[in-house]
Amino acid sequence: MALEIEHVSKRFGKYTAVDDLSLSIPEKTIFGFLGANGAGKTTTFRIILGLMDASSGNVSWNGKPVDYSTSDNIGYLPEERGLYPKQKVKEQLIFLARLKGMSKQEAEKELGRWLERFKVPDYADKKVEELSKGNQQKIQFIASVLHKPSLLILDEPFSGLDPINVELLKQAVLDLKESGTTIVFSSHRMEHVEQLCENLCILNKGKTVLQGSLKEIKQSFGKKNLIIHADFDVSFLKEYPGVRKSAVTPEGIQLQIEGEEVAGSILQEIVGRGFIRKFALEEPSLNDIFIEKVGASYE
Amino acid sequence: MNKFWIIFFHTFLTKLKTKSFIVTTVITLLIIVLLANITNIIDFFNKGEEGEKIAVIDETGVLFDPFQNQLKAIDKDIQLKKFTGDKTKADKQVQNGDFDGVLVLSNNQENLPAAVYRSLTISNTSLLSSLENGLQQMKTQMAATQMNLSQEQLTKLYEPVSLKKVALEKDAKTEEELSQARGLVYVLLFVIYFAVIMYANMIAMEVATEKSSRVMEILISSVPPIKQMFAKILGVGLLGLLQLALMLGVAYFSLKQNMDSMEGGFFDVYGFGDVPVATLVYAFVFFLLGYFLYATLAAFLGSLVSRIEDVNQLITPMTYLLIIGFMIAMFGLVKPDATFITVTSYIPFFTPMLMFMRVGMLNLPFWEPILGIVILLVTIILFAIFGAKVYKGGVLLYGKSSSFKDIKKAMQLTKNE
Repeated sequence: MALEIEHVSKRFGKYTAVDDLSLSIPEKTIFGFLGANGAGKTTTFRIILGLMDASSGNVSWNGKPVDYSTSDNIGYLPEERGLYPKQKVKEQLIFLARLKGMSKQEAEKELGRWLERFKVPDYADKKVEELSKGNQQKIQFIASVLHKPSLLILDEPFSGLDPINVELLKQAVLDLKESGTTIVFSSHRMEHVEQLCENLCILNKGKTVLQGSLKEIKQSFGKKNLIIHADFDVSFLKEYPGVRKSAVTPEGIQLQIEGEEVAGSILQEIVGRGFIRKFALEEPSLNDIFIEKVGASYE
Repeated sequence: MNKFWIIFFHTFLTKLKTKSFIVTTVITLLIIVLLANITNIIDFFNKGEEGEKIAVIDETGVLFDPFQNQLKAIDKDIQLKKFTGDKTKADKQVQNGDFDGVLVLSNNQENLPAAVYRSLTISNTSLLSSLENGLQQMKTQMAATQMNLSQEQLTKLYEPVSLKKVALEKDAKTEEELSQARGLVYVLLFVIYFAVIMYANMIAMEVATEKSSRVMEILISSVPPIKQMFAKILGVGLLGLLQLALMLGVAYFSLKQNMDSMEGGFFDVYGFGDVPVATLVYAFVFFLLGYFLYATLAAFLGSLVSRIEDVNQLITPMTYLLIIGFMIAMFGLVKPDATFITVTSYIPFFTPMLMFMRVGMLNLPFWEPILGIVILLVTIILFAIFGAKVYKGGVLLYGKSSSFKDIKKAMQLTKNE
């Protein structure tokens, strides 16, 4: 039971937006879609939602093909804000929820709960165009979850929000997962993906560059980050064997090394030269992996 | 509730509640009431005004009385006053405002009346023509007397020629009927024309707004685009019917109330006295069909636009079609049986107005309007199928330019490949 994407391709004339994409997204997990601009994320979402037909391949949700008979169970937050600017928040959210098969009374109750949770109960009777961009985003989020979907697709949910609201929304996403919603989301912000997703894939030019669980991806990447803060000059480490990348910081140096054993020999090398305030070996960040994987294919 | 009806009522209710809709409806209703009461209003303002006062200097001494008699028959409000002073004195009194003008009556060489009219301005054409008529009649009579013509001879001379018009076709409308039909058809044509333009535009704007605000993506992830498109067209259609019903209702009642005061006047001549039901039914049918035809067109044109500002650019050719149809219909009112009109009334874009005009003005065999309706229905269905295809792709198409080339792109988006 899951969202299955099997060999999906989408071509617009000669241009291929999605190229033979296969993914299996387990139920009740959060799945991250990463990719540079134009990598095919939004097109993939539109195919999952049934807004577009794939040129080839299938999408199924819990074993059933995705079409308008399943759309009541799916929630969607588009990348660009999609609300009627001149209609009142309450009016249009209830309209949108009813289009997903929810009754008016239930939608009203649920809306009250969400507005309360996002600390904006007085927005119910305001027009959307009167709200700030960040607050519109909150309303947009409510629009996508109001009808209690079992599959939730969020295209760039955190853009335009301040840190406090990002936390608010993140917590909401995690709670939804706890209550059994399967969530697929895309983001440019790697730290959000790292914090939320169990599984992820990186898309580049319509092709999957990398996919799997966060842990696996980090382990298989192999390379690690080594951070050294010392009172003496450590810049000579740039040339040390096993160091792939380096950046000199005001307090010392940050290195990307090929494996743990390199860290050991570096430590032996610098011990005794002076005072070492920090020597830390870290897992690679998703950011590093993304830049390496996507950046490589740019060259 | 079915999703179709949810969109239908949502479209209808939100449009109904917009300020612009309420304001235009109220203003139009006020204008209708004003127009229906126009004679009362003119009377009201004219009540305080007395007729023009004119000083007459009769140089012959005999013309004043016959002239006054003639003028009384033409316009009894004009007050003539015999003036005994000379011209300069009279001019001064005109300048003071005691009189509206000075009329100097004299005889020419042939001993027939001639006159000079002096006033501050000579802009009051209705007064001038009354004076001229009066003088003319007086002159004719005096000339007749000079020629020793009797009153009978004079009457004979001026009796109008009799020209009786007989239509050979069995049910052809008489002259009187035709002019009655013309008035009603004219008004209803106007209503059809304006309503179709207005509501089709409303549809295009609505679709473009949803697309540019990207609500469209959420809508079509819940409801198939085609269902949504027709729910919207029907929703705005219901709104249009409501507005038209309000206008016609108000017009009917306010005219009815004023009917007594207008007996025999303008409204009677143009056939508002008793309205043929068939014409109204045809007007209703052709308005609906015309609306569906142009609304479908507008919906898919609207779906091609990325920004609201571009709507007009794409809608303009459609509006031209409507304007051309209306112009032909106006021409047709004068000559409804012209071959050109007959032929164009079967072109679907023009059928709603032209076929209605012909049905209202002529006695068409029953099959003609039915054929027109069938042609329209078939065209609407074809447009709906084609339009729905464009619409489905169009709503996902975002680009800088909006042009008719996008129709092809939109169709490609809809197709699987």
